[in-house]
Amino acid sequence: MAKELIMDIKDFSFKYAGAPKPSLMNINMPVYKNKITAMIGPSGCGKSTLLRSINRIHDLYPNNEYTGEINLLNVKSDEFENILDIKKENDFIRLRQRVGMIFQKPTPFPMSIYDNVAYGLRLDGIKDKNILDEKVETALRDAAIWDECKDRLKESAMGMSGGQQQRLCIARAVALKPEVILFDEPTSALDPISTKAIEELISELKKDISIVIVTHNMQQASRLSNYTAFMYMGELVEYNKTEKIFLNPKEKLTEDYITGRFG
Amino acid sequence: MNKELVFKRVAFLSATLILIVLVSIFIMLFFDAKSAINKYGVYFLVDSRWNKTIEIKSTESKTNPSKLIAKTSKTNDDVSMNNDNLFADDSSVLGDSESLDNSAGDKAVDESVDTNTNVKTDTIFGGYIPIVGTILSTLIAMTFSIPIAMGIAVFLSEIAPDFLIKPVGIAIELLAAIPSIIYGMWGLFYFAPIVQNTFGGSQMSLLIAGLVLGIMILPFMAAITRDAMNTTPDVIKESAYALGATKFEVVKDVIFPYAKVGIIGSVVLSLGRALGETMAVAFLIGSVFKVPGSLTNPTISIPVVLANNFGEASGDMMSSLFYLAFILFVFSFITIGAAKFYFLRGRR
Amino acid sequence: MKGTEKRRLIINKIILALSTISALLGLIFLFWILITLFLKGLNALDFSLFTKDLVDGGLRNLIFGQFMMALIATIIGVPLGMLAGIYLREYGSGKYANIIRDLSDIMMSAPSIVIGAFVFAVFVAPFGGINGWAGSIALAIMLIPIVVSTTDNMLSLVPIELREAGIALGGSKHKVILQIILKAAKVGLMTGILLAFARVIGETAPLLFTSGTNSFWSTDLGNAFPSLTVSIYDLANFPTDKARDLAWAASFLLTVIVLVINLIGRFIIRDKG
Repeated sequence: MAKELIMDIKDFSFKYAGAPKPSLMNINMPVYKNKITAMIGPSGCGKSTLLRSINRIHDLYPNNEYTGEINLLNVKSDEFENILDIKKENDFIRLRQRVGMIFQKPTPFPMSIYDNVAYGLRLDGIKDKNILDEKVETALRDAAIWDECKDRLKESAMGMSGGQQQRLCIARAVALKPEVILFDEPTSALDPISTKAIEELISELKKDISIVIVTHNMQQASRLSNYTAFMYMGELVEYNKTEKIFLNPKEKLTEDYITGRFG
Repeated sequence: MNKELVFKRVAFLSATLILIVLVSIFIMLFFDAKSAINKYGVYFLVDSRWNKTIEIKSTESKTNPSKLIAKTSKTNDDVSMNNDNLFADDSSVLGDSESLDNSAGDKAVDESVDTNTNVKTDTIFGGYIPIVGTILSTLIAMTFSIPIAMGIAVFLSEIAPDFLIKPVGIAIELLAAIPSIIYGMWGLFYFAPIVQNTFGGSQMSLLIAGLVLGIMILPFMAAITRDAMNTTPDVIKESAYALGATKFEVVKDVIFPYAKVGIIGSVVLSLGRALGETMAVAFLIGSVFKVPGSLTNPTISIPVVLANNFGEASGDMMSSLFYLAFILFVFSFITIGAAKFYFLRGRR
Repeated sequence: MKGTEKRRLIINKIILALSTISALLGLIFLFWILITLFLKGLNALDFSLFTKDLVDGGLRNLIFGQFMMALIATIIGVPLGMLAGIYLREYGSGKYANIIRDLSDIMMSAPSIVIGAFVFAVFVAPFGGINGWAGSIALAIMLIPIVVSTTDNMLSLVPIELREAGIALGGSKHKVILQIILKAAKVGLMTGILLAFARVIGETAPLLFTSGTNSFWSTDLGNAFPSLTVSIYDLANFPTDKARDLAWAASFLLTVIVLVINLIGRFIIRDKG
């Protein structure tokens, strides 16, 4: 079985502006193509911080400090590029089109369902109505929400239920055909039925897209992911195949966390 | 006696006092405007004559004042001084204040008409000029201030580095706290000459009054717009950035739509302020009862008519002033009420 | 770089630059006004202004008169406004409270000259002439809605548990409100009252034909009462340099008073709020 890398994080450290010490220290972690990588750990362990580094959303706020490398595979040239080297605004835009992100709470924009999904496409310069229609439909189908909203595409997205809104946000990200999607606790604000729908959707998506997911819920990590990283106090304690982490962890700390002894 | 009940009743009465005062304002203004409303009717709104003495031939029955022909005119007196005798020895009189009083020659005519027994005279009051002056000065103020206020709000909520947000924000809010009469003073002595040199026209004009009014409402509008924009959750902005949007696109496509209701509300509230502002305008608009042929001509607005004439008015003029006050009150009540009911709902 | 992308980035830069320029423009106006006031005001400021009345070329009676009227307005307006605010937040429920709340907000933005006209009709015309009480009442009408809104907002910040705890200890509702809730909201209420005072002390339009102004020292609220703002208006329109200098000195003092009260309010909020 060929394990193909899509991302490779090397000696990565991160410090928030004004913080006395780094929030992440010397993280080394691979991300495999078309696999789901879960990041688990107690609150404040840095898993969300790491996730938000991967598309450099931290750069919206000034004076955060990075060191190390986060290498992302350029599919066209088949070479890795360090995304921490990005300085120009157009390169940021392209990075974020390649690495999508889904947040803890659904984040529909105050516009129609259709316009939400078409938003990123329009930013990318697609104006042709037919192409837009087609891509919006594909994205909504990919996000398994087409049937529920095909008759009300012109209605405001704010009127949908929480679970529908979250799938809409996934459709909005998928529409741009990203290489990686980052999920930041995507189901923590949802009921169990919506959670199940989102989990199924994420499993479907990995056919085309590599996925990194931060979760609080260990069952979710074990059900969904192929690889799991356990983080604690800003450090990566253990990274392995999911079944190894859950059934046979090497570190005592990992075992304590998984068995619910702390966290 | 039940203290709890007494306290509750007193609190209830205090709250009801607001209703009572508002209703009283309506009633008193209407009551004192009644004779002017009866005499001039709705035609008051489009009649551009103010304090004009006209002839009524005794054979003619009294009809709609619109058909009567103005014969002589007498504009209202300029701002009155109640301490005229002060500083009288100081002789550095500037000529400009005389330009306001353009009616010196006409006053004698009144008496000669009155002595003619075949002719009755009547003095006509119409509100057209101050109404137009109020609307135009407000429009100029809004045109000037809306884009700049939006710019300031965007700067404060999205662009400014952390160390600037607080001081600049406080500065803008302090600017909003400065009494309006200060804007008038500053406008008269420092801003007006610059506008006059740039655009020509009179020393006092609609344009100058509108611009100073705009500068006055600018900080107020910017501060509420910023507060409305700051209600947009970070995570919504982040998810737009995560789709590759630029900062401007996030502002245009996410923040403005999200805060739309609050932003429109802030604009309408500022409009209400501009409509009713007296002091910033009184120094600058020229206080002349003339339809302004161009932006750089002097004219007058409702609050300024009231400010200049209320002290000495009586009879028809007094009633007409109350008519104007009533119009202004109704107009601003509707404007502000609309802003509250349609745009600022659910913000409490 | 794609064409559309280039255009997007250029538009982005232009708009951000324009916004920054707007903010600069706002600041330039602020400093322009303040610097003008300082230069003209400090130039005309003289200690004798505080010892002489307007009739002798000083400002003493005007400053006193303006303070008195604003103070009386506060004494009348604060209890009424606070009681009304307490009713809206603690007792009022449903439609009536909401209507009063909206009307209070509308009254807060009503043209101040119209309030002057109203007070003239009720408290000046029937009493034979301008008087200090009428001026104070006009300012009180301006102040009440501000106090109502502050009280309403500040009480809404007091956690519901505090009310429940008070009631659970056996306090009657009005005692809980007066002894616990108002204390919990004290800092915010004080600040709100300070800001309301600062707002009305700078008003001119409602005083023009209610209190008028007076060149002489007066403590008689039954007659024309000295007002700093109304006198600024008169003096600025008076065509002598001496009168204008006095107007600048008065404007400077007025602005300093208003801004200092505002800054104190801010400081209290930051310090304890």
